[in-house]
This record gives sequence, C-alpha cells and structure tokens, in this order.
Amino acid sequence: MTDPGSINASEIATAVRNGHSAVETVDRCLDAIAARDDELHAFLHVDADAARAAAAAIDERVAAGDDPGALAGVPVALKDNLCVRGAPTTCGSRILEGWRPPYTATVVDRVLAAGAVPIGKTNLDEFAMGSSTENSAFGPTRNPHDPARVPGGSSGGSAAAIAAGFVPLALGSDTGGSIRQPASLCGVVGAKPTYGAVSRHGLIAFASSLDQIGPLAGDVGDAALLLDVISGHDPLDSTSIPDGIPSVSAVLDEGVEGIRVGVVSELTDAEGVQAEVGEAVESAAIALQKAGATVGPVSIPAAVHGLAAYYLIAPAEASSNLARYDGVRYGLRVDADDVATMNARTRASGFGAEVKRRIMLGTYALSAGYYDAYYGQAQRVRTLLIRDFESAYESFDVLLAPTSPTTAFELGAKTADPLAMYLSDVCTILANLAGHPAMSLPFGTGEGGLPIGVQVFAQPLREPEMFRTARVIEESAP
Amino acid sequence: MSRRYEAVIGLEVHCELATATKLFCACRNEFGAEPNTNVCPVCLGLPGSLPVLNGRAVEFALRFGGVLGFGAPARSIFARKNYFYPDMPKDYQISQYEEPICIDGALEVDGVRVGIERAHLEEDTGKTVHVGGGGRIHEADHSLVDYNRAGVPLMEIVSRPDLRSAEQARAYVQELRGVLLAIGVSDVKMEEGSLRVDANVSLRSEGADELGTKVEIKNMNSLRSLGRAIEFEIDRQAELLEAGEPVAQETRHWNEADGRTHGMRSKEEAFDYRYFPEPDLVPIVPDPQMRARAGERLPELPADRRGRLAREWGISENDARLLVDVAGLAEFAEAAVAALGAGSAKDLVNWCVGEVLGFLNESGLVPGALPLAPDGLAELVDLVAAGSISRAQAKDVLDECLREPKRPRQVVAERGIEQVSDEAELAAVIDDIVAAHPDDVAAYRAADAKVRKKKRGFFMGEAIKATRNQGNPKVLGRLLDERLAGD
Repeated sequence: MTDPGSINASEIATAVRNGHSAVETVDRCLDAIAARDDELHAFLHVDADAARAAAAAIDERVAAGDDPGALAGVPVALKDNLCVRGAPTTCGSRILEGWRPPYTATVVDRVLAAGAVPIGKTNLDEFAMGSSTENSAFGPTRNPHDPARVPGGSSGGSAAAIAAGFVPLALGSDTGGSIRQPASLCGVVGAKPTYGAVSRHGLIAFASSLDQIGPLAGDVGDAALLLDVISGHDPLDSTSIPDGIPSVSAVLDEGVEGIRVGVVSELTDAEGVQAEVGEAVESAAIALQKAGATVGPVSIPAAVHGLAAYYLIAPAEASSNLARYDGVRYGLRVDADDVATMNARTRASGFGAEVKRRIMLGTYALSAGYYDAYYGQAQRVRTLLIRDFESAYESFDVLLAPTSPTTAFELGAKTADPLAMYLSDVCTILANLAGHPAMSLPFGTGEGGLPIGVQVFAQPLREPEMFRTARVIEESAP
Repeated sequence: MSRRYEAVIGLEVHCELATATKLFCACRNEFGAEPNTNVCPVCLGLPGSLPVLNGRAVEFALRFGGVLGFGAPARSIFARKNYFYPDMPKDYQISQYEEPICIDGALEVDGVRVGIERAHLEEDTGKTVHVGGGGRIHEADHSLVDYNRAGVPLMEIVSRPDLRSAEQARAYVQELRGVLLAIGVSDVKMEEGSLRVDANVSLRSEGADELGTKVEIKNMNSLRSLGRAIEFEIDRQAELLEAGEPVAQETRHWNEADGRTHGMRSKEEAFDYRYFPEPDLVPIVPDPQMRARAGERLPELPADRRGRLAREWGISENDARLLVDVAGLAEFAEAAVAALGAGSAKDLVNWCVGEVLGFLNESGLVPGALPLAPDGLAELVDLVAAGSISRAQAKDVLDECLREPKRPRQVVAERGIEQVSDEAELAAVIDDIVAAHPDDVAAYRAADAKVRKKKRGFFMGEAIKATRNQGNPKVLGRLLDERLAGD
C-alpha cells in the first residue's frame, strides 16, 4: 500500500509514520521544484533549509516513538497570502515586499501540529484578485499541462504546484472561486468549505465576508485529509463556526446511494460555457446516477445576478481591507513632504492595475448616495440567492455544475478585457455569496488534453455529502 | 447674546471604558505606558489580523443602558468608518452606525430631562505627536505615532439637542460623569482624555420650532473649556445673525489659549465615511444571562446618593454634591462616618469638603491614594471633640497626615502639642503666676472693666507661656478668673 516514492499525502504520512524518511520525501519535492519551477513559477519563495530541518525534526520524533500526526512529513505549499512568522509574505504585491509577519496563521499552525512540512509560499494574483495568476506583481505562473496557458487564479501557484508534482498538498483561499477555478484548469482537486469552517486568522483579507481557506490536492482523499486537519473553531476568528464541520475523511467511501443530485441549469447552460465542459458535467451526472444517486435539473434563478452582486460586494470590502497599506507602518513607503501625499504615492506605486480598479469600484459602491443602489442592492441579491439555494435543497442534497466555463486559456488572452476575465468566476462565486461549501474535481480532458473540472455544491456544514459525491465522480472519471 | 435667540445644544461624549483589555484584542488598556508597548497584530491592524469583541465592554454598555432607561435592542452590529489617518492602524475605525447597542435613554439634570439618542461602542485611535514646528502638524519636521491607545474601548453617548445653555451643558456632563463613575464603567478623567466632549451648537429665534444651522465644536479638554467654548460660539453665531449673515455648517476647533473657536479647512471636512457593516464581527445578541450580569450589583446613582447623604447626615445639598461629584470622596466620608458615628457626620463632612478636597485638588490624588485613611480623619475629629487639640492645631496635624503616612495621634505626640486640661496641674501654674505678680493682681482688682480686660490678657499670656502652649485655654481662663476674683 505504501509507496515511498508516492506523491500522495496519505501514503506519505503512512510511510513516514512507519519510519520512512521525511527528509527524503522533502528532498524529492525540492528536486522537482528545482527541475521545473523556473519555467512554471508556482512558488514565490522556497525555504529549502527550513523544510529539511522541519522534516528532520519529524524523523526524530518518529524515531523517538512519537506520532507527529495525520500529515506526518507531508510537504505542503502555502498560498502567499497566509502569514507565517518571520517568513516573507507578499500577497503577490509590491506593497508588502519585504514584510515579515510577527505571527502565524491558524491554518498554518494546524498543518504544522499535524506534522506537515511547509515547503514554501505559492504565487497568486495580487491580493487574490484575479483568475489567472497574471496579476501577480512577481510574474505569472504557467499551467503545467501547457506552459503557454494560465493555471487559473488566484491560487494558481498552489494548483500548479500540485499538478506539476512538486507537492501533494497545498492551501489556497477562495473568495469567488480562487481555489476551485485553478484546480479545474490544472486538473487537481480544490475545495472551498462552508464560510466559517476554517479560521481566517492570518489570512490576508481580500473580501472578509467571502474569503475562505481550503485544500488543494491531487485527489479527493487527500483534499479530505487536509480539510479535516484545518477545519475547526478558532476563538481568534469571530466568524468561525462554534462547533466546526463534521469530518469528511471518515465518510468518504460511503457512496451516493439515495443522494439526490441537482444539475444547475443556469450554470450548465450559461453563455460562454464550452460544449466539452457542459458534456463533462452531464457525464458526471450519469456516473452518479449509475452509482445509485437520483439526478434531476434544478434552477437557481438569482444565479444570473451573482456576478454583478459579487463585483460590488467584493470590491467594497476590499477597498476597506486594503486601506491599511498606507506606507505608515510596514511594507512599501514612497516618501513625500506630507502624510497624505506619502499615502497616495505609496499606494500608486505599490498596487497593480487590477487592485486599483477594484479599490475604485468598491469605494464608489460604498459612497454616500450610491450605497443603497450598489452595495445595498448587492446584499439583497445575496439574500435572494440564499433563498433560491434553500428551495433547491428542499429537493436535492448536492448540486452539480461546471467549475470554470472553459479549460485553461492562453497567457494574455484576457488581460486586456477585465469583464471577460471576471466571467471565469461565473459558476464559482455563488458558493461564496451564499457561504456554502463547493469543490472542484477533474473529470476528463478536453481539446489539447487540457483538464476539465466539475463542481459539487452542498448545504452549509454538509461537506460529508459533498465529498462522498466527489469521490464517486472521481472513481468514474474518464 | 441678544435676547432674541435661543441656543440649542447637543453633546457627543466619548468615554473610555475601564476594561482591563482593549476592545478587540488582549492588549492592556492602560494610560501612560511607554509608547507602542501595549500593541499586538490586531490593534496594529497588521495584515491577516481579526478583531475579537471584548465581552466586558458589551456588559459595560448594557449596564449604562440599563440605568438610564435605554431600550435594549435584541441585536446590535458594528460598522466600519472609513478614512485615512496615520494614527488609525487599519485606516478604518470599527464603530457602530446602524443598530447601536443602546437606543433612546435620558438623564435628569437639575430637574430637566435631557434625552440621549444613542450610545454606541467603538475603538479609539492611536496618538500622533508632531515633532518640531511647535508641535503643529503643518510645520512639524516629522510625526511619531503611539498605538497604545489604538483599540481602547470607547462609548460614544449622543444627547438630543435638549440643552439650552453652556451652564446646562456643563451640568449635563458633570451628571453623566457621576453616573459613569458610579456604575464603574469609566474613570471619566477629562484631563487624561478618558472623557472627551464635542458640542453641536445652533441658535434659533426665541419661540421658533425649526433648528438653526449647526456648528460642531471640538477640542475642549475640561468642563471649564466646554462652558467657555459654548459661550463663545453662542456669541459668535448671534453676532452673525444680528448682522444678517448666515452661519456656516462646519466643524470648529476650540483654542484654549485665545479663547476662540476656529473653523477647520473645508477640505478636511469633506469626509464620506463609507460606513458598511463590519464583516469580521458577528452581531451582538445579548442573551438573558448577559443582561442579568450587566444588571447585577448596580450601585446607587449620584442623584439618589446626594439625596440620601443630605437626609441622613443633615448636610447641605451643596456639600452632598461636592462629596458625590469628586471620585471616591463620598466613599471616603462614608467610611469615616462609619468609624466615628453618625453624630459626627457634619464635622467629618466639613473636613472632607474643606481641607481634604483642597488637598486633592492641589495634589491631583484620589481619596483612595491618600496616606490618610478615613478612620484617620475620624481620629482627628475625635481629638478636637475631646479637647485634646484645638481646631487650628488640627489643621496643621491634618496637613501633615495628608502628606505623610502618619496617624493624627502620632503627629500630636511628635509635636508635643496635646492640650493639658488637667485642673490640678493648671491650677498650680495659675497659683505661681498670681504669686509672682502681686502688684499686677492688686492693680487688676482695683481697675475698671476695660483695664481688667487688658490685665487679664497679660496673665493669660504668662499662663500659656508657662505651659509651653499646651495648656487648655478654656480651663486656664476659668481658673485664672476664679483666682483673680479671689479672696
């Protein structure tokens, strides 16, 4: 069962717990990164010495008869918007270049406590704003399946790192699809848990009411393993769910017998959804039906307003969250004769175009006289959407839809057209607006051998049903 | 001000809550620490940090709401108030906008009911110190920021425009301070900035219903400057109206030095705070337990306490007000009365509102920090009542006891000033003097009333001298008169 050369997290953990060298595993990952990351640029920062030292410490613990935990010796990549004490944390932005947090994010503490070995920080669109990782101030990441194409975003570095075989596990964050869309484009598994399932403490905020950290992995089982480690209540995050979510690993193989699957018509039939993507969703539905689920179409009427609502709420919160990057306390400072000019010059020089665009959109949406028409209206859409989901869940247990309307596109294809780029998120943002869990998993390939992802939605706290469904789809994937 | 105008005044009082820790993190809430020592990622607004609400602050606000008859909303939410300022770590302040924690209460001030529209919780900002250029921002070489105060819990209490004069505004703040102090939610020290007051002042024609244009005045750091600033502003607006000029709606700064309010540049005023609900915090929904805790052990409010002390001790309303208005003084007096008995209450209160209060004002100390304990004051009053020392001597003794940790009896003993009232001892002194001055005795006995008085003064002086100032003058006088009237 345990293959020491494996890049599967649960196999590595089992091997390390049985005395196989974690240092050796880490070295294998570091070699893979050294061999190909100059081309892909999945990582912004790799700390090889620290990774080897952490792995050596795990080996010592095992030698001493200690059990380091469920992720014993498993290399894990961290999206570079997660704070790690003393380590560079840039959020893909010049404005945070050189800043080293004095504290560590709760999720990172949790993977460390489970025995994982952090390898480095992965590339992302600046402040997680984007769907291609082209908005990183430090250059784009390339898709391991075709380096001329994007890996998706914003967690493109994390998704590419898994697809390239650099690491078995990675953490990402998902505000409008930033875990699921790159997972789809890179052919890996990515899950956004219920809002509040994973602590946001130490996650550099983009849009606080939408942001959620989640796992990226090579398969559904590894994603479940990582989710079980990182979920749970955290008193340092007031929006954290008091009792957490149920374990997903424990129920993974329970099948879909009796589970009711709704296929969201607004999303499968949406404009811009490639035919091969729609067909993949259909095939996945048929596979579920064969495995004992009942399948039927379902409508989420408010879904058509989702994108508009999202592009008001997320920028509005971002405009406030990003105000603190003013050059006074940390990060970049461009000096001037007075404070207001210093603030303005610092922000003008430190933020990229997409971040500035969203700050302006959000500032406008919250302005006196416009608040009700924009932010207020968007919040009402959110309420409507939750109501539509509730009524869908009266007849169904999980919902099925595409993750990304398209397979991976070429670098530069959408950079000149922000709206086209925003449409990449049309199927994923609904889960963020509603606060519900959703995950993407690969289901075959399309033209050019590019991976296609399908998406499973579930009700809040119903990650177990979501993962059971995903597991069955995975087993029947072409 | 011209008789033709009526002033309409509303006050916004910011009071620092006396919680042990800050509003959204575990940093200590204390005044006067080394700059930037009570800080953490949360109150510094570091990327990735999140606020966690201090339950104590919520309890304090609920307690305040409870005693002033506020409605208690089932739910209350925080909002972000967005604006750039270097001493505000996140460049937004977590405050409350819609759905504040206390809605619609009132405070009675000298028989007038002053409405309070709302009270809400918010975090304080840091403090900027401008270096060079006389400490003013525009001429400064550079500025330093101390974030110790950032995140300290504040309660903003917004009155309705029910006040009509500077005097009434001062009385309202004074009464509000008393309430906040009595319920133990704030130290209310205006000088340390734990109580800050902004005033909204407008004028309208006598008898008019509609309100005039409102001017907001800031930067008053004492009750006295609050009164002065409002008076100045009323006069300024009256002059404008008299001259037929409009009053501009603006924010003006009170300048203590020149005794005037000054308009701020309009650019600084054009704030759009872009309030929206704070997504990092969940709504406050006080459960019955929380409400019960807030209502537990509610102390007597100042107005009730003044009434009770005046009634029980037979002291004037004014003395009762002085005792209650000075933090800790009423407690001090009550402990002293408990030690000596209610019969001495009036005497004790006289000392409290006289010498003791004078020393508190001079030293800036609170009664609890005095070297003299309440039963020490009781001991002093007892010494006077027993005739052991005179009232004049008692003042000197008290002065020493307020500065040094000594008991009154100890000071009396050290100074050797205890009065001698022993009849036999003093009679012997008188006998010696009479025997030593036979001619003066004879002259006294032969003289008329006027000369007798003068002579008597001479004998008394000799007697006091002979007892080294310790003879009880009353007893000496009586014995002397007996001997001179003599055989």
